[in-house]
Amino acid sequence: MPKKVVSGNYAAAYAAKHARVEVVAAYPITPQTSIIEKIAEFIANGEANIQYVPVESEHSAMAACIGASAAGARAFTATSAQGLALMHEMLHWASGARLPIVMVDVNRAMAPPWSVWDDQTDSLAQRDTGWMQFYAENNQEVYDGVLMAFKVAEHRKVNLPVMIIESAFILSHTYDIVDMPPQEEIDEFLPPREPLYTLTDFDNPIAVGALATPADYYEFRYKIEKAMEEARKVIKEVGKEFGERFGRDYSQMIELYKTEDAEFVFMGMGSLMGTVKEAVDLLRKEGYKVGAAKVRWFRPFPKEELYELAKNVDGIAVLDRNFSFGQEGILFNEAKGVLYNTDAKPIMKNYIVGLGGRDFTVNDIRAIAKNMKEIIEKGKLDREIEWYHLKR
Amino acid sequence: MVPLEEVRGMEIPENIKKRLSIPFEENFYAGHTACQGCGAALGLRYVLKAYGKKAIFTIPACCSTIIAGPWPYSAFGAPLFHTAFETTGAVISGIEAALKAKGYKVKGKDGIMVVGWAGDGGTADIGLQALSGFLERGHDALYIMYDNEAYMNTGIQRSSSTPYGAWTTNTPGGKKHFLEKRHKKKVIDIVIAHKVPYAATASIAFPEDFIRKLKKAQEIPGPSFIQLFAPCPTGWRSPTDKSIELARLAVQTAYFPLFEYENGKYKINMPNPKKEPKPIEEFLKLQGRFKYMTKEDIEVLQEWVLREWEELKKKAEVFG
Amino acid sequence: MAESPFKADIERVEKELTEKMTPGAIAYIPGSSVINKTGSWRVFKPEFNKDKCIRCFLCYTYCPEPAIYLDEENYPVFDYDYCKGCGICANECPTKAITMVREVK
Repeated sequence: MPKKVVSGNYAAAYAAKHARVEVVAAYPITPQTSIIEKIAEFIANGEANIQYVPVESEHSAMAACIGASAAGARAFTATSAQGLALMHEMLHWASGARLPIVMVDVNRAMAPPWSVWDDQTDSLAQRDTGWMQFYAENNQEVYDGVLMAFKVAEHRKVNLPVMIIESAFILSHTYDIVDMPPQEEIDEFLPPREPLYTLTDFDNPIAVGALATPADYYEFRYKIEKAMEEARKVIKEVGKEFGERFGRDYSQMIELYKTEDAEFVFMGMGSLMGTVKEAVDLLRKEGYKVGAAKVRWFRPFPKEELYELAKNVDGIAVLDRNFSFGQEGILFNEAKGVLYNTDAKPIMKNYIVGLGGRDFTVNDIRAIAKNMKEIIEKGKLDREIEWYHLKR
Repeated sequence: MVPLEEVRGMEIPENIKKRLSIPFEENFYAGHTACQGCGAALGLRYVLKAYGKKAIFTIPACCSTIIAGPWPYSAFGAPLFHTAFETTGAVISGIEAALKAKGYKVKGKDGIMVVGWAGDGGTADIGLQALSGFLERGHDALYIMYDNEAYMNTGIQRSSSTPYGAWTTNTPGGKKHFLEKRHKKKVIDIVIAHKVPYAATASIAFPEDFIRKLKKAQEIPGPSFIQLFAPCPTGWRSPTDKSIELARLAVQTAYFPLFEYENGKYKINMPNPKKEPKPIEEFLKLQGRFKYMTKEDIEVLQEWVLREWEELKKKAEVFG
Repeated sequence: MAESPFKADIERVEKELTEKMTPGAIAYIPGSSVINKTGSWRVFKPEFNKDKCIRCFLCYTYCPEPAIYLDEENYPVFDYDYCKGCGICANECPTKAITMVREVK
């Protein structure tokens, strides 16, 4: 299988090209920009036949993708932090109009103060927009994620947009080996899009997204939720098919690492889970019975997988590189909520780590493991939320 | 639901077709929910007549969202995409890009027309950035701003296209005589600053001129823009039967002169080019929204109208 | 995991609505607004005097509904199912062949 040494951003750009996207509308923002630069380069070199719309804002980037997707094209864009926040209104529009747009968001901290470094709050703040969210651990997952995203999004029972999320700089600008299957194999995996509707059927003209009165609006929302539920199945099917074709299985919405006999697990999303896996190996040598649970898909949320995991462990340390002010880490909040009405009651503690790109290392994870072990032995939380790095 | 072919007005008697100065085919359907005497609804009727079925419309938040029909109804006989307030320029850019990616012919004879239809608020205010982006990037599409000079759908608030002296609900007339003190923003001049291939003003009182301009917008490649003057009896506090008369007076007083800008050249399209403009009072007196204006206020507006008119004439003279 | 007490209702709603509700709120029937008879809004009604009509088509041209059609002889026909009674036709008629009279219902 052809391999390339590329950054996370270039992996995203190659995936968009290999997915044969037809329209790209995007606006520059650090650290996303090299994705769209690379795509522009493909076009300039005649390597890709893409209509490229260099829009005047991220809001218009999403709006143009919406127009393109409604007219039947496979549309792609990429953004980060402030840009994603500016798009917010149109994110709702994309899902409400049931358009399978795929976007890469490079996780970056929200300002002020200005920061261009890794932080998941930008994408998690878009939790309720009706977008699926996939968090990539490494460059390979960025590439694979984009290819799978189109297949999931365009599935006839789904028709919802997908956000593929990678970490600022840790992935976006760091080079790694990425396997890229031959184009004809990708084409077999991902055939041309068959839209739910198109604006170009002039014999049967349609009107999309008109006013819905209180008598009807409710059902349209319910349909989106049904599509999300379908997406849970489709994600697993597509992840399995991807594994069969290309050797990397994504049928699990939560990737479990050495959890079978684990006393407690670290749970988190994105690139920090690579460090966690490394730490798990070391900690096991040091006598800790630990594992890692990497939440790949945050939307739709893998409720059942989490329950299955939670049943069999004494504790879960939830690592959030994000925060919801006035409450707690967002993954922690979600995970606790899922387990409330179940019989699985592991001790759960929330560690807020790495905000704004602060380093999160194996030593940090060791310290957290020590703390978790004590808590489990005592059977009682010292505190529920810990701002782990705080300078005291 | 009534099938399309049973909708009345679809058959075209030949003798009528020959004599009419506008296309006979109706592609805008009755039963829509515009107010009585709505200029925007009439404008839509003309656009749908001009382009028939082979046009894709984008409508942002505005009265036309409602006029086009709540789900599952549609007053349109052409495809229509509803979008958010500020996005018309961007969405039509995306549609055009998709059509090109798919290999469709866009614009020109037999080409698909991509049409954005937005109000003055959605164009001159919140949608200005997306409009500028659309114009500057040179997409093959048409943006129509139907200008009723205020935010009518939210209940008559001022926009930057509201004229000096007009009452709106957030520039009311009161005991302290608070009025709209700013002159109407010249959106068309902003558009022309982009050096677009085609830009024009039009009025619902002059449908032949409007339809001719729509056809021209189809023929000329690149982005085109038409600012359509569309009276709103509800917002202007004017009798519903005066909509056409008002649109005509706006032209005759030179308050809203008809002109075209084509590849760098200005051309004035006034019905009687030699005639001096009528006094602005004739346009103002039919509308309740101007009732708070004093004699001095009217003079201020009159002076502005004539100065702008002179400027336009000069442009047509120098760059004609 | 706990089951929603509304599950039966959700299934029922889903069953009844899947036929009707279109994902993305798509209106599939162009011109379907015609089932909405806006003639009921009318306060004043256009009355037509054929003798005065010069068949200039201005009433037809300027009707925003459109609720005026032309017959085989080029005379206007007023469609009272949709005419909202704005009076534009009467105001624009050069020969005063159309007059607005209060609707009697």
